[in-house]
Order: sequence, then C-alpha cells, then structure tokens
Amino acid sequence: MPELSPADGLIASSWLLIALPLAGAAVLLLGGRRTDRWGHLLGVATVVSAFVLGLLCTVQLDGRAVDVDLFTFVSVGSLDVRAGLLFDPLSAVFVLLITGVGALIHVYSVGYMAHDPHRRRFFAYLNLFVAAMLLLVLGDNYVALYVGWEGVGLASYLLIAFWYERPAAATAAKKAFVMNRVGDVGLALAIFVLFAQLGTVSYAGVFGSVGLLTGGTVTAIGLLLLLGACGKSGQFPLQAWLPDAMEGPTPVSALIHAATMVTAGVYLIARSAPIYDLTPAARAAVLAVGAITLTIGAVAGCAQDDVKKVLAYSTVSQIGYMFLAVGLGPIGYVAGLAHLLTHGFFKAGLFLGAGSVMHAMDDSVDMRRFGGLASRMKTTFVTFGLGYLALIGFPFLSGFYTKDAIIEAAFDRGDGWGSLLGWVAVLAAGLTAFYMTRLMLMTFAGRPRWEPGVHPHESPPVMTVPMVLLAVGSVLAGFLLVVAFPLEEWLAPVFGAPTEAEHVVAPLTVSLLVTAAMVLGVLAAWVFVGRREVPVTAPVRVSPVTRAARRALYADTVNESLFMRPGQWLTRALVFIDNRGVDGAVNGLAATLGGSSSRLGRAQTGFVRSYALSMLGGAVVVAGVLLAVTVG
Amino acid sequence: MTDFPWLLSMIVVPAIGAAAVAALPRDREALAKQLALGVSLLVLVLAVLATVAFDAGGDRFQLTTSVAWIPDFGVDFALGVDGIALVMLLLIGVLMPVVVLASWRETAPGRRSVRAFFAWLLLLESLMVGVFAATDVFLFYVFFEAMLVPMYFLIGSFGGPRRQYAAVKFFLYSLVGGLVMLAAVIGLYVVSSGELGEGTFAFDALRQIDIDPGVQKLLFLGFFVAFAIKAPLVPFHTWLPDSGAEAPIGGAVLLVGVLDKVGTFGFIRYCLPLFPDASRDLAPFVLVLAVAGILYAALLAMGQSDMKRLVSYTSIAHFGFIALGIFAFTTEAGTGAVLYMVNHGISTGLLFLAVGMLIARGGSRQVSDYGGVASQAPVLAGVLLVAGLASLALPGTNSFVSEFLVLIGSFPTRPVFTVLATVGIILAALYVLILYQRTMHGPPRGVLLDEPEPSETLEPAVSGGGGASAATATVTAPAPPAVPRLRVPDLGRRELAVAVPMVALIIALGFYPQPLVRLIEPAVAATMVDVGADPAGVQPATTDVEGAD
Repeated sequence: MPELSPADGLIASSWLLIALPLAGAAVLLLGGRRTDRWGHLLGVATVVSAFVLGLLCTVQLDGRAVDVDLFTFVSVGSLDVRAGLLFDPLSAVFVLLITGVGALIHVYSVGYMAHDPHRRRFFAYLNLFVAAMLLLVLGDNYVALYVGWEGVGLASYLLIAFWYERPAAATAAKKAFVMNRVGDVGLALAIFVLFAQLGTVSYAGVFGSVGLLTGGTVTAIGLLLLLGACGKSGQFPLQAWLPDAMEGPTPVSALIHAATMVTAGVYLIARSAPIYDLTPAARAAVLAVGAITLTIGAVAGCAQDDVKKVLAYSTVSQIGYMFLAVGLGPIGYVAGLAHLLTHGFFKAGLFLGAGSVMHAMDDSVDMRRFGGLASRMKTTFVTFGLGYLALIGFPFLSGFYTKDAIIEAAFDRGDGWGSLLGWVAVLAAGLTAFYMTRLMLMTFAGRPRWEPGVHPHESPPVMTVPMVLLAVGSVLAGFLLVVAFPLEEWLAPVFGAPTEAEHVVAPLTVSLLVTAAMVLGVLAAWVFVGRREVPVTAPVRVSPVTRAARRALYADTVNESLFMRPGQWLTRALVFIDNRGVDGAVNGLAATLGGSSSRLGRAQTGFVRSYALSMLGGAVVVAGVLLAVTVG
Repeated sequence: MTDFPWLLSMIVVPAIGAAAVAALPRDREALAKQLALGVSLLVLVLAVLATVAFDAGGDRFQLTTSVAWIPDFGVDFALGVDGIALVMLLLIGVLMPVVVLASWRETAPGRRSVRAFFAWLLLLESLMVGVFAATDVFLFYVFFEAMLVPMYFLIGSFGGPRRQYAAVKFFLYSLVGGLVMLAAVIGLYVVSSGELGEGTFAFDALRQIDIDPGVQKLLFLGFFVAFAIKAPLVPFHTWLPDSGAEAPIGGAVLLVGVLDKVGTFGFIRYCLPLFPDASRDLAPFVLVLAVAGILYAALLAMGQSDMKRLVSYTSIAHFGFIALGIFAFTTEAGTGAVLYMVNHGISTGLLFLAVGMLIARGGSRQVSDYGGVASQAPVLAGVLLVAGLASLALPGTNSFVSEFLVLIGSFPTRPVFTVLATVGIILAALYVLILYQRTMHGPPRGVLLDEPEPSETLEPAVSGGGGASAATATVTAPAPPAVPRLRVPDLGRRELAVAVPMVALIIALGFYPQPLVRLIEPAVAATMVDVGADPAGVQPATTDVEGAD
C-alpha cells in the first residue's frame, strides 16, 4: 500500500459522494407525500452529481492514495475507529461504477416505476443503497466497511421487499438479510481478530503490520473475511438467497443484485490483498469457492424458465469467476476486477433489457410464454443481444477480454490445480453460452407464445436510452480496460506494477479454447431449444440432471433440512421447556415456600401488607446485626 | 454550578410531583397528566444540566452530596455519580417524558383513578434516580427495594388480564433477590468493621478493603443473585416475560429500559470493585450464563406468539451481551456494556412503544392477529422497523456501537464466549424480521381487517351451486365480493411526539456516539483498575507494531 496523502482539492470533499445520496434518501423518506411529484428527480439528481464529483476526484487522483479523515467515530481504550475515507485508484474505480451505472439505472427507474404509487419510496431506498455502497468502498478502515456492508444489506432488504404485500417478496427479503448476516458474522470476527492481534482496524495499520502475524492467524483472518464475502456475493455455500432476491423490482436486480452490491465480496478480497498475499491456504479456499460457485450457477442457469432467475444464476456464476480470479493472488486481482467492471455493464444492461421485456409482457417472467419479441422490441433486442454477446465472450466484446484474462491467469498458476481450475472455467464458459443462447431463443426468437391479451411494445426512451448506453459499455469496456487504457496500470499503485506473466498456455490457445467452448454452447442451445417448438409448460418427465439443475442443485433443500426445520423444532422445544420446565420449577419452589400455588395467585390482596411485614422483619435483622457488631 | 445539589433535586422534584399528582382531585385527570409531563421534562433539564456540570476527566465521583443518616451504623445519605451512573440518569431523564406521553390514553381498570398511574410513575422516577446516584451501599439497598413498590402497582393495578399473577411473580423474584443481597450488605458491614475498626457502608471506603477471597465469594454471590434476577440472566429470567407482557406499555418501557439495568449497573458498580478476586474467579461462570442467555433467549423470542413477550425475551438476550461486556474485564468491552445499557433503553424502549401502538389499534398482543399493516400505516411500520433494526444492532443505529464494543473488547480476553455471542447476531436478525414480516408485510390480514358483510359475499356463492356451473355463477353474482380492507389509522401527533425523539436518538447515537463514550470510559477504566485489569485497554497480541503504521 502506498503512502497516504493528505486530502486536498476536490478529494477533500469526497464525503459529499456519500452525503448527497444520503441526503436524497432522507428528504424522500421524511418529506412524505409532499415529495411525490419531484422525488424521483431528486433521486436521479443526487446520484448524477455524485457521479460528476467522483469523476472529477478521479481526475485529480494521479495514482495517489488520499486519506480523508472526518471525525472520531468511537475511541475507547486502545481502540480508535475513525470516520475516514480512502480515495485511491481501487476505490475510485468502484465509485465510478457505482455512481455511473447507478445513475443510468436511476434514470431507467423513472420510467420503469412510473405507474407505481410508491415510486418516491423506491427512489429513497435506491439513494440509500448508493450512499451505503459508496461508504463500503470508500471507508478507510474495516469498521467503516462493515457499516457500509450492513447498510447495503438493509437497502437490499428494503428493495427486495419493495412489493411487500407479496408474501414471496417479503420472505425473499428476510432470507437475503439473514443469509447475509451469516456472512457478516465472519466479517465481524475477522475484525475482532485484527484488533486483538494488531490493535488496529484501519487499512493502513493492518496492512502495515499484518506481516508480524503467524501464518495460522493470517489464514484464519482470510477465511473469516471469505465467509463475509460469500454472504454478500451469493457464493457457495451462501448462494441461495440471490436468485430469490429477484422478487425485487428489476432495476434493483440490475443495480444491487448484479452490478454493484453482490460484487462487494470481490472488493473485500481485493482490498485485503496484503492479507491474502500472506496466506496461500485462504487463497486456495477462495479459489475453491469460486470454482464451485461458477459451476453451480452455470448448471442451474441452464434449467430456469424465469428470465430473471437465469440472469441471477448467471450473476452467481460470473461472480464465481471473479472469486476464482482474486483467489489466484497477484496474477489475478486485476483480471477479477476488470471482469467485475465489464460484468457491471453487461449484466446491468441485460437486467434492464429483461425489465423492458417484462414491461412489455405485463410483468410476466416466464420465458415459456415469451417468444418472437425481436421484431416487436427492436431496441431492447439489439441492446440485450449486445449484452448477451458480451457475456458469452463473443470475440472482441467485453466478456471476451476479461473472462479470457481470468482463465489465462488460472492456467498461469502453472500447476495441476491451475489446469483443473482453467478447464472448469472453460467448461462453464460453454454452459454460459448455452443458457444465455437458450434465453435469447426462448425470448426473442421462435413463434409468439404470449398469454392472451398481451400486446408487447417497445419501452419509452427514458428506459431505452440507459439500455443503449450500457450496451455501448458492454461492447467497448473490455477493449478499453484491457487494451486501450489498461486497468492494470491504473491499479498499479494498489497491486504493484504489472509484470509480464510467464504463460504456461499461450493466450491465443486460451482464447481459441474459450471461443470453441462458446460455439459449442451456442450450437447445443440451437439443437435443444432453437430447432424445436418450446412447450408453454415445463416438461415433467426430465432427466435427474435437469431436475437437479432446476432446483439449483438442492441448495434450498439442504438449508431447510439442515438449519430451518431443526431450528424451528428447537425453538418450539425450548419454548415448551421454558414455560413448563424452568418457569414450572421456580413456580413450584415458590408454591412450596409460600403454600399452595393457587394461593399464590390470590395472595395479591394481602400482599403489600406481608411485604411490609417482611421489610420490617428485614429491618429488625439488620438492626440486630448492626447492634451486635457495634456492641460486640 | 457544581455546588447545586443536582442529584438531590432529581430525587426530590419527581417525588414532590408524585405527591402533587396524587393529591389532585379524582376528576382532574388531564391536569394530572400535564403535571406529570411537566415534572418529567424538568427532571430531563436537570439531568442535562448535571451532565454539563460533570467533568469527564475529573474525580471518580462528582456532584456529591452527603448527609449523615444513621450515624450509629455509619449510614450516610450519600449521593454522587461517575460516568456510568450519569448516563443512566440521562436515560431516565429522556425516557420519562416519552413514557408519560405514551401513557396519555392509559385507562385504569375498575374504579381506580388514572392519576394514580402518573403518581406511581413519578415516584418510580425519583427512586430510580436514587438507586443510580447512591454512593452508600445501604442507601443503594433501600432504593433498590423501594423501587419495587411503584413498579408493583404499575403492573398489578394497570396491567393486562394476568396482571396480578405477573405482579406477584415480579415481586416474589425481586424479594428473594433483595433478601439475599441484604444478607450480603450486612456481611459487607461486618467485614468492614473488622478491617477498619468501625463499620461503614460508604462505597469508596469499602472498595479499598482487602477482603478474604473466601468471604468475597460469598458476598459476591449475594449481590450477584440479586442483580442476576433484576437484569435477568438465564435461569433467573422467567418473571420478565410475564411482567413485560402484562405491564402497561409505559411500565414495560421503564421496567426493561431502566429498572432492569440496575442489575447490570450493580455488576459493574458493586460486584467488580468490591469483590475483584471473586469477580475474576467466578467470571467464567457468569459468562456461561451470559452467553447461554444470548442464544437461549433469542431462540425463545423467535418462538413467541405474544409480541410483548417476544420483546421481553429479546431483552434477556441483550442483557447477556451486557453481562459479557462487563465480565470480560477490558475497558473497551466495559464501556460498550455501559453504552449498551443506555442504548438498549432507547431501542427496546421504542420497540415496546411501537408494539404498544400496534396493540392499541388492534387490541390483541398476538403476532398472528396482524398482517400487512405497512400498507395502511407506513409511519408506524417505519418506526417499528427502526426500533427492530436497532434491536438487531444494525450499523447506523445506536445499538451497533455498543454491541460492537462489547464484542471487540471481549474477544481478546474471552474468544470462545465472544464467538458464540457473535452467532447471536444471526438470531437477532431472525426474531426481528420474523416479527416485522408477520405484522407489517404480506396481504392485509387479521383483527384490523374491515370485515365485509358475510351475508352479501356468501349467499351468491351458495346459490351458484357446485363448481360445475362456475360460468353461470359469475353471471348470477350481482356484484364482486367486497375486498376486505385494513382500517388502521397511522400515527397521530401525540404518537409522533413519542416516536420521533427516540428515532432521532437512535440514529444520532449511531453515527456520533463519542460524547457518551467520553463520559463513560473514565469510570470504566477506574473499575478496571479495581479489578486488576489494564485500564488502557486491550494490548495487541503482536506488541511491536508501534510505528508500523
């Protein structure tokens, strides 16, 4: 980590990045119905101005790491937690992603939520999310990160449950919050260990002294941080909440559950690079989580009929790629972050496109009732199609550059594990092409299978313009970040200067491999989906593999039978024990002492008198003892 | 300004107020309420001024007043506060006007006058101030016991259907604890007369006596049992859910928010400094009870169908966190525990108040009788959510700071207990969100539903015959069945006046807790010296990191 520079220029005001959307949220929530007419505009304005400010700060940054010390949050004993921000190349990249994509999605939401009576509340929560997410990436210590971390969890809860009258939405929100909290325990414990061992929780303090710790302690910290990252990013074994989170309005899925919040785990690991650099064991765990999750997500994505669920499992899988990358250590950090950024563009674009389709199809998400939409919604089709090509790694679009870089890095590990991870990633790239092509075919191609009364139409410009901009990003971002203005160089102050890696497998070979897998996936989708008529109800007699994929490899079943049902049983048993056992024993004792238990209830009338009597008795005893002591 | 008897006036003012309210004619109920509100606001002003007069870096006990009371036995009417007691007085000052306002519509069952309710509230305030401000152990004991009487009447005369059972149970438990403590108080006096030649009850004198470890253990247990019943630790807890459920809402707020804190206050003020060896020896035993309580009570909270019982169980879990912080013996955790005592009074206080507002609308305490309330009463839903989030210690709310300090401060000395306690934060998320989802989310449902007339909706369906003629049924049905609608008024102005200051405090103390921390830390550090721990706080395991950053 480079030397910290004192805050100057606009960067000294970078707290405004957080304060602007926070103030927006406060005005919209406290202002009530009075703000209904212009609330959404304020919501857009705060995020757009945060984006402009973020851009100006980034221009002034010049490769430094600027510390903006604000005030003492809490200082007691040897613990000193500052409210302070760290504006460095890594946080700058995230600020631009969050406010940039965030601003586009805010604009889109003006149209998407136009007919919702609670649009103001929606924008308030969305602003709250942006503020918390910016705190997460800008905090200069682990406690500030934790505050943002749970803050985005709250925003996510509120937005998943936005249509709270639907029981499924309310339940999904609760599930997301609770599974996130499981991860949060890991993050909290990691902070406790850091404080107990190093006496500090600031990034500068921790990274400056983490080398003094024993290997076992560092590994423990790495694993605890990983648990936190898994919860927030929907990674194995805490992935089951993310697909359910699709109950929230689609702009939420785009911003929170695709582009930004769910990538916070990747940020956490990349930010903690000085810790992970010292612990190959924890890095191996990150690799394993990434590899397992990218496979689970890709397999589950192949069998979903709900368009948002396909995209959700795709997100799970793509973040698995990012975990895989950052788990590789120094050779993978930049590749993982580059994929995070391009994914932010194309997945947000895909979700907005899906929202546009839902808008056209009376909020239906069932792809079996879509079909033939390409001609009815040309802008949506083209922008969605570009996002699709970017995601499957079509040559020279975004995903091609950034996904290849990850797979290259995996092979570059140079050992058997590296090859295994590389091959898993190639295979999953094929699956990605399959499920995304299946989605495209079922939605835009073929004959219409629409519900009666559905009349698809293109969305208004306020929605399509953000989609077009994100599509442009999906096409260009990979080239820009990898070739034109290498992210590697921008992030060099954080992760060290780029070195020419020794390639075990030539990059061209990797590209050919990945492209071949992609072509195979597309062809397979054409054979199994494109050539046939899509049945409007899902076939029942399917192979066990399809059944397992439909149920996302039984993640919910496992959670329910391991935790939920035993937990409910335990709770009921404890309530019984507490009422009958603990309370009963005490009541029984009291009854024995005070006569019959029925008299206990009726003793009330004479009770104060008897209390007075016992007070008197007590006083007599006291007086007696005091006398005895004084006299004796 | 320091010469003014702040503490004495905070005891006397509400006591006189109580007498005045009680002396009012029966039919002047409105005046009784206004008087009670005025007095409680005056005490709040006194508490704030006392805080201004207090010097955080000064003597351990300040604003002291001492009058010989029973000179023959060395009993003084001695008052004084350290940072720990002072923040509790501030809490009392803040909660009391809120409770008076929240109880505005309180009615008395039977022929009793509601002015008695407000008189008992003010008397309770006077005695609660006394119990925190006493620096004489005997005086503390007197306030400790006397405090029971007004609370007994608040529960027993103004509570729910099972109020008498609950009040007696509350009384019996407290009585048992009080008697055990009395024995220990006397024992302490006996020991002091042996050591000093002349018996004393003065806290500062007792603190400096070196008591034989065996005797210490006995005396410690005497105090501990009383305090463990008051701030109930498992297994002394079963009276609290009954009392919390049956007490009127205002009484429940004070019971859980302040009265029970006398127990945890007692741990840190009396058990640790007076019996340091016993505290150290018996700490593992206390920590087992604390952590067991965190997990056990949280699981029980999830299983409750009665909202007020649910909130009571969450408090038992929170008391476990406080006890953990106190018996971890670090300045960070101890400061966190005291801050927790204040924050819990605010957050759980608001949780009780919000639940009470819901109960006032539906007339039922059962969770299952409500559903979908958020759509009709969004402000009430928002208040319940803020209170719930504070209860699960979400960052940005006051409780996060204290829970975080307790856990991060306990981890270095007690890692295993801390890890178990940290798991409790998952359970906290569950019990809060389950309550919130069932009452506020989902389709409109429950006792607040505006039932459609059954005769109109049922008859066409019956006349329409079986399912075979569904088409004809829709034709013959004269009108679509009336959609049941919730009829819930959102918060009124008085309720907003109750909720808004509490919400504001939750958020303000969530982002800027340092002023309170500054008040509390010196007193906790002094206690750490008493108990033989490093007052400077946790020293990192890797010591040579100075200059590394």
